[in-house]
This record gives sequence, structure tokens and C-alpha cells, in this order.
Amino acid sequence: MEEKEKLHQALVSRVLEGDGRASRAERRAAFDNATLTEPIHGLVSKVAKHPTQITDDDVAAVKAAGLSEDQIFELVVCAALGQATRQYRSALAALTIAVGDGGL
Amino acid sequence: MRLEILNSGYTFGTKVLFAFIQLASRQPVPDAAKLVFYRADFYGDPMKNITHEAMRGPSTWSVGDRELMAAFVSKVNACEFCIGAHTATAIGAYHDEARVAAVLSNLETAPIEEPLRATLRMLQKLTREHSVEAADMRGLLDAGVSREQIEDALAVCFAFNTTNRLADAFGFFVPGPRGFESGAQYLLSRGYK
Repeated sequence: MEEKEKLHQALVSRVLEGDGRASRAERRAAFDNATLTEPIHGLVSKVAKHPTQITDDDVAAVKAAGLSEDQIFELVVCAALGQATRQYRSALAALTIAVGDGGL
Repeated sequence: MRLEILNSGYTFGTKVLFAFIQLASRQPVPDAAKLVFYRADFYGDPMKNITHEAMRGPSTWSVGDRELMAAFVSKVNACEFCIGAHTATAIGAYHDEARVAAVLSNLETAPIEEPLRATLRMLQKLTREHSVEAADMRGLLDAGVSREQIEDALAVCFAFNTTNRLADAFGFFVPGPRGFESGAQYLLSRGYK
């Protein structure tokens, strides 16, 4: 588990804190599915909660609003990782409690 | 793919590699592979490390079990590309198409071991509802799934909840059976690195 934890930390800190074309604040907001301006907020929300509903128009709207493809790439990656990380953390926390309850 | 950079924004060396893969497999390079080669230091390289560790690293779950988990999570997320890719890989790993088909069609009636069924049930809840409770985990432990097995399954679930979202957001091209078969052979011989 320590190896998995280390690799997960390395990925999350790379995308959030390393160099990028989108600002660190925007990457963090996309990861957290927190408030961003439209239309990027709409796209980030769909990545987090309804990815199958994403259309060409959603991506085209973000480009039309002036974001570069590299910025969109980064923010979509952060949004996907953020949602998957919240699930992962929830499950690991539940497991810790369950194991603790068993007196292990 | 919806971003042109993911179709053509590669370095010369990567383009040569893609040409080689295409020649050797006689199939277009899968979009999942393209994604992890784009600005690989940002996402692809650290994600490949995570995915390889989850899918091929030490675990008491077999490679077939983990590929089945990947296909199953992708099914819960209705991610067409990843369902196809990991169904083919699970079938190849198990050498058992009926087992994989049974799980993907009805988890409750599929003829599989109970600890695996209970684990897939938990992954389904986590993927659908985005969280699980300690009671869910107690149930799994009572069903004979070890803490390490649960952690290993959660790492698979993390990797595919990420990849499913990116496949749908970037609009991965969904190949036919031959493309998936070729991808499965690659993943079974080389893993995710």
C-alpha cells in the first residue's frame, strides 16, 4: 500500500503543483470541482459527474472562450483525477474505520 | 479526439514510436496510448506508474481478476472504449470468455468466487455513488476479502475512474474487435508502462 500511496501522491502533486499552462489555482479548482468561470466550469463538472454526456460542443465552447487546447487538457485531467481521488479517499477512510472496528 | 494536440501534438521520437506500433500491430495506435504519451511528464508518466502497479504489481488478485475489475468499473461508468479494451484483456488473461461475459451481464448470478463478487459489488457502489461506508468494508472483510485485497481493488478502481472520464471527455475512438484484441495482446505482454 505504501507504494500505491506514494505513486498517487506523486501524480496529484505533479498535476496540481508542477509547471503547467493553466494556473495552479485553476488546476486546483478543476481537481476540486469548485467554482470556475463558464464554460470551463460546465465541462469540469461533467468530467467529474457525467462524463458520458460530454459533447463536441462542450469542448468547442471552452475553446471559443479563449482557453488553449493545452489548458483544456490539463483542466480535464485534473477534474478526472479529482473525482477519482475523492472516491479513493472515501473508500480508504471507510476501510480504516472498518479494520479499526475489528480490533486489528 | 476532441483536442487536436492529442491527435498530432507529439515529438518526432513519439511519432516514430507510433509508426512502429502501428506497423507491428497493423492497427491504429489506440487513443488510450496516445493520451499517456502527450506531454508525458504532466500526466502520462506518473499515471502509467500507478496503472502498472495496480494492474500488474504484486497482488493476490490475478491479472485476470484485475482486468475484470477494470472492465466492470468501465461498464458501471458506461465508458465504451474502456469496456471493450478491458473485456478483451480480461478474456485473454483468464482464457475464459464465458466468465467475463457472465460478470458483465449479471454480477449476482455470475459463477465466480464470492470474495470477488463482494469486491465488485463494493466497486460498483463506489463508482456510482462516489463514496462507501465502513459498513460496506466490514461486509467485505466478513466475506473473506483481506485488507490488502481491498486496497488493491481500490487502486484498480481509481485508475479506471480516472481513465473512463478522460476517454469520454477527450472522445476516444472506439475500434472494432480486432483493434481491441490487438490492444489486449499488448497489455498482456507489456503491461501499462
